[in-house]
Amino acid sequence: MIELSHLHKTFRVARRNAGMGEAVRALFRREYTEIHALDDISFRIGDGEMVGYIGPNGAGKSSTIKVMSGILTPDSGSCVIDGCVPWRDRRAHVANIGVVFGQRSQLWWDVPVIDSFDLIRDIYRVEAHQYRADLDELCDLLELGEILRTPTRQLSLGQRMRCEIAASLIHRPRILFLDEPTIGLDAVSKLAVRDFIRRINRERGTTVILTTHDMQDIEALTERIILIGRGKILLDGALDALKAKHSALRRIAVCFAPGTTSPAARPLPQGIALLSADEGRAEFGVDTALHSVSSAIECLTRDIDVRDLSVTGQSTDELVISLYEEFRI
Amino acid sequence: MKLYLRYLAIHFKSQMQYKTSFFLTLIGQFLTAFSTFLGIWVMFTRFNTVKGFTYTEVSLCYAVVLMAFSLAETFFRGFDTFPRMIGNGEFDRILVRPRSPVFQVLGSKIDFTRLGRLLHAAVIFAWAIPRSGVNWNAANIATLCGMILAGSLVFAGLFLLYAGICFFTLDGLEVMNIFTDGSREFGRYPLSVYGDAVLRFLTFVVPIALFLYYPFLTLLGKSDSLLWRICPLFALLFLVPCYLVWRVGLLHYRSTGS
Amino acid sequence: MTPSLRLRPYLSFFRLRFLGGMQYRVAALAGILTQFAWGAMNLLLYTAFYEADPTAFPMDFAQISVYVWFNQAFLTMFMLWFLDADIFAAIRDGNVAYELVRPLDLYRMWFVKNLATRTARVVLRCLPILVVAAFLPAPYGLTLPVSFGAFLLFLLTMVLALVLVVACCMLIYIVTFYTMNPLGVRIIATSMGEFLCGAIVPIPFMPDGLRRVIELTPFGAMQNLPFRIYSGHLSGAEMWRGILLQVFWIATLILIGRLLMAHALRRVAVQGG
Repeated sequence: MIELSHLHKTFRVARRNAGMGEAVRALFRREYTEIHALDDISFRIGDGEMVGYIGPNGAGKSSTIKVMSGILTPDSGSCVIDGCVPWRDRRAHVANIGVVFGQRSQLWWDVPVIDSFDLIRDIYRVEAHQYRADLDELCDLLELGEILRTPTRQLSLGQRMRCEIAASLIHRPRILFLDEPTIGLDAVSKLAVRDFIRRINRERGTTVILTTHDMQDIEALTERIILIGRGKILLDGALDALKAKHSALRRIAVCFAPGTTSPAARPLPQGIALLSADEGRAEFGVDTALHSVSSAIECLTRDIDVRDLSVTGQSTDELVISLYEEFRI
Repeated sequence: MKLYLRYLAIHFKSQMQYKTSFFLTLIGQFLTAFSTFLGIWVMFTRFNTVKGFTYTEVSLCYAVVLMAFSLAETFFRGFDTFPRMIGNGEFDRILVRPRSPVFQVLGSKIDFTRLGRLLHAAVIFAWAIPRSGVNWNAANIATLCGMILAGSLVFAGLFLLYAGICFFTLDGLEVMNIFTDGSREFGRYPLSVYGDAVLRFLTFVVPIALFLYYPFLTLLGKSDSLLWRICPLFALLFLVPCYLVWRVGLLHYRSTGS
Repeated sequence: MTPSLRLRPYLSFFRLRFLGGMQYRVAALAGILTQFAWGAMNLLLYTAFYEADPTAFPMDFAQISVYVWFNQAFLTMFMLWFLDADIFAAIRDGNVAYELVRPLDLYRMWFVKNLATRTARVVLRCLPILVVAAFLPAPYGLTLPVSFGAFLLFLLTMVLALVLVVACCMLIYIVTFYTMNPLGVRIIATSMGEFLCGAIVPIPFMPDGLRRVIELTPFGAMQNLPFRIYSGHLSGAEMWRGILLQVFWIATLILIGRLLMAHALRRVAVQGG
């Protein structure tokens, strides 16, 4: 159980302007800008949940993760994770969490992956028999097998990321923080990594907190998202509900025989808008609060020689963009 | 301890991946130190003694400081490269692990190529020990070992201090090299050579003289003060303020997160 | 093409390097302090030796002071082991093939690059050390040059010594084309070069036989020459002989460097990088 309430954190950043004179002046009197990295952050995450923690760069995502993993001490507010205050009982707390920083490696570059794993086992004091069983299981799940004997530097990015995640799971953490776990991966590796995260969550009941800019990660993995912007929690809710609320809009694209009448030429009722029109193709936006999809299709294709037709909802990417716009972050 | 051995093994294995580079660098360390020794040799082709110390006595002093330094540099190098560790976020990784940060930083970098210098120091020892005229009884042997051990710990303390300051500056404070590299370079001569002011500074501020100079005098029989013989123990007190600076730095780091 | 046009790419390169070096002000400050401490400790050491036996001193104490301060102030200009990692990387990775595409003379470009880096570093660092050293009491401080003529020759030999050091570094880079691993050559350069060029102990302190041999090598024509001309320790026929040797070594090393480089580049072109 993770419980954050009213967390605050303010950084003072020295402001310095360009130029020699300014640099000299800064030696004597510095001007500071205060940045509210965390501004009254509260949320609660239950055991075994998978939560997407999203927001633009600099919104306070990594500060929150740092507080929850015991690296950073907040100015005020409380954070209790499984009965521990991370920054006070750091060593006890971090034994129960796993952290994957997507852009940095915890594996030793020049030695086979298994050597790194052995070292991590010793760092966390994992019992030998448990380690063996877990390692077998992880290798199975991640299809690591041969990879374990390969030096890290020879692994592909996707293989490495799977090893990184496995390395963070060796001590059976109850909570796993994933910071951009799929960054830079190719499509196949992304799928493999997502699949693995899902299985770990399901089979071990590990709580997963995921920060990412990749909305497909969010869609594939999490049921709940927390949106943070300028240090504040802007939104906290189930992804599906959010989508339902925000995606009343549908796109209908109609392809028709060239040279025949275009559906774009006719007068449109309120709630249907022309988005784009080309020779032989037109795209419309439909507000489903006013028209059902079927009545909109009916209206748009009457007397038209339709070759093809597609209906699409709003993608998660678009959803997030519209959320960012809504909250002006 | 088991974990530290594991760290040693993994570093050794890593460095053995590049055998040519490893051995060339090792030899390089050995030879580079040699040019400093040539400097001593050149001076003693002209002068018989300096401040009452002979060529072999100076060589012995040089071997002590070099060995202490190279031990520290091999096993405490994690602190020496600490700014990089903060810069690339590696230190955050250390903080999310349930072990003491000092221990983990120690394990994060162990550079065996630095043993080249140690090897060089050993060669000088082998040459100077029989020629130095020191009566190698148990007490003197113990003193010599104490000097070397305390010396490497004082250097380790300097590295720790350097790392502790990095928490605030985020950049290496190169000025600290005056004390680390400087002590290695200038500790090759018994410190009284540099005059009283320097000797006092290196006694009370940065206690290089406590492990390098005073016990050295008892070794050569120039003094029979017991206090001076056990000076290396007092030098270890230096580790206390160094560790405190590190602690304060760590607290600062954890409250600013950068 | 007019000469000024032909030089322009090298000059703009020089400016870039210079501005780049200027950015590390804090590092420069630390360097200055370190070098000042180094100089002071060295002088204290020489004082102790001087007290032990003044007659065994091959130079006046004031002359050794000048040598020690110059050695510290111009350290980054003359140290042989200050090599450009980019160039080594370009050779090892075969990226040098891309450099060949540019319409520039690669030898000259690298040469200028090294000259620029060294000069940029030293300009920032030398002045504070020299100023402070100038105000130290005799015989520990930096004296004025013995004569105006000596000063002019000092400036001339400084420039020539810098060119010679860079010519020497060029050979180290070029040898890497053949060995591929730069470490071996670097080790020899760093371990022995420093000693031979008089950065650890001034060459006049060395035993006579060794000294005479070193003075004939390129190492004897590096910092050894200008520092001693300034203080008047080197003058007359001996000085002119030194300058002549300096010019001879510059010409020889550049010639060897260019020949070797042309040969190495032909190999690169054949292997396709």
